[in-house]
Amino acid sequence: MAILIIAEHDNTVLKDATHKTVTAAKAMGGDIDVLVAGKDVEGVSAEAAKIEGVRKVVACDHISLKRQLAESMESVVVDLMDRYDAVLAPDTTTHTNYMPRVAARLDVQQISSVTGVENADTFVRPIYAGNAMAHVQSSDPKKVVTVRTTAFDTTGEGGDADVEAISDPSGPFKAEFVSEELTESDRPELTDANIVISGGRGIGSSENFAIIEALADKLGAAVGASRAAVDAGYVPNDYQVGQTGKSVAPDLYIAIGISGAIQHLAGMKDSRVIVAINKDEDAPIFQIADYGLVADLFKAVPEFTEAV
Amino acid sequence: MKVLVPVKRVLDYNVKARVKSDQSGVDLSNVKMSMNPFDEISVEEAVRMQESGTASETIVVSIGPARARETIRTALAMGMDRGIHVQTDEDLEPLAVAKILKAIVDAEGPEIVILGKQAIDNDYGATGPMLAALLDWPQGTFANTIEKNGASLSVKREVDGGLQTVKLELPAVVTTDLRLNEPRYASLPNIMRAKKKPIDAKTPGDYGVDTAPRLKVLKVTEPPARKAGIKVENVAMLVDKLKNEAGVI
Repeated sequence: MAILIIAEHDNTVLKDATHKTVTAAKAMGGDIDVLVAGKDVEGVSAEAAKIEGVRKVVACDHISLKRQLAESMESVVVDLMDRYDAVLAPDTTTHTNYMPRVAARLDVQQISSVTGVENADTFVRPIYAGNAMAHVQSSDPKKVVTVRTTAFDTTGEGGDADVEAISDPSGPFKAEFVSEELTESDRPELTDANIVISGGRGIGSSENFAIIEALADKLGAAVGASRAAVDAGYVPNDYQVGQTGKSVAPDLYIAIGISGAIQHLAGMKDSRVIVAINKDEDAPIFQIADYGLVADLFKAVPEFTEAV
Repeated sequence: MKVLVPVKRVLDYNVKARVKSDQSGVDLSNVKMSMNPFDEISVEEAVRMQESGTASETIVVSIGPARARETIRTALAMGMDRGIHVQTDEDLEPLAVAKILKAIVDAEGPEIVILGKQAIDNDYGATGPMLAALLDWPQGTFANTIEKNGASLSVKREVDGGLQTVKLELPAVVTTDLRLNEPRYASLPNIMRAKKKPIDAKTPGDYGVDTAPRLKVLKVTEPPARKAGIKVENVAMLVDKLKNEAGVI
């Protein structure tokens, strides 16, 4: 069996989500190749070649892939699938955008956001915001799978795979990139951080998020938010943790002023240690928190920042 | 310009899913069901397009059991023009749904199809891009803002790093994210008016597509439970626990 992994990168840095996806592929068994699709990706390809257990890196370097838009990514991946029995990608917004297109083209049902791989055709995936786990067996000849990377350990380095350049995607495509507004931050990435501190509606305003940020900077943590805080405009959309936002599983997750709606818990309940700070002692977040502190966050958080 | 909006009837987002004791699935008997929240946002966007003169006709489609008709009525009460109900008791997979939707698009000729980015029951997040691929249309997923400029559509998308804007040739598929709009509540007069709006009754067989499932659900289990934690008295105790008991700071 041959498996294609699609690398998560920004044309400069190969992301650890790739290494975790390799771990998921290893549980299926077979030869593992990594596709690096982007623009000026020699460096990323060289990094991918070092992942332990990778047979080969397939590199597609073309201007139409610079932003990894769905239409061009679909074209590259579908053309490669003659050579593979399965394709796996992290379930980040980059890949969840085009992977279903690949599945439809191949006439297979995508298996989304798997948290467990039982064998080459059987997977476990959360449904209903993680309140139930579906164990599914695919009868499709080829598997198209997105991977909830927080559920898998990383794969280390030690490999020395060859890099094969493949031909350009066959355009033109009916979509084009116009612009982007990326959130600038010196803090760790939300999905990669060892510590995540999230604020909810209880924070009350965009300005008040400064107390969350001060604690985060003291602990070297990433800053997240509940849907309520994003909807209220306190922080940008890419801060959202939950069923319909990002999934995180850090060593320490601190939920501040977050009540703990089902959809928020879906995105963070696999964290190793959960702390909740909330003035409402009946808030559902306390039912899953390892350490709960019933307190006024405007007093407790600055005190916390002072104490660490 | 016609706009097509597929909607799904799902377990209400405020209700916690309960796994059946025989592990055959999630218990949906005697629980509140509602329109998938992302689909409400799709309906709202279509109605706004009609109100601003961008859309000339808005069509809502739902593929599901007899009671999916109620979900279609909700969309009609929010302002959509007419409905199509493809009745089935099977829990169709996104690929099968996308195939039926493609057949409906071929018959109706919409220029934009607006879908929710995911249904909050099965959490696949696949139907929109699958439909786009089957139609060979471009797509704007996770839409935060949609704007029609002549023959193209500008879609600002919510992506992991922030926001990204793409320009799509029409016809196109759009999937909605949370911040696109705030869906309205249907007023009583509009609910009454919606009862007179037409709903076509169809079955998957009418579209001649293969809807057989590709995934076999072996079992549905409870997620691993977290063990109950403790309440700490004050910040000093919290810091002590995190340092000395959990060892995480």
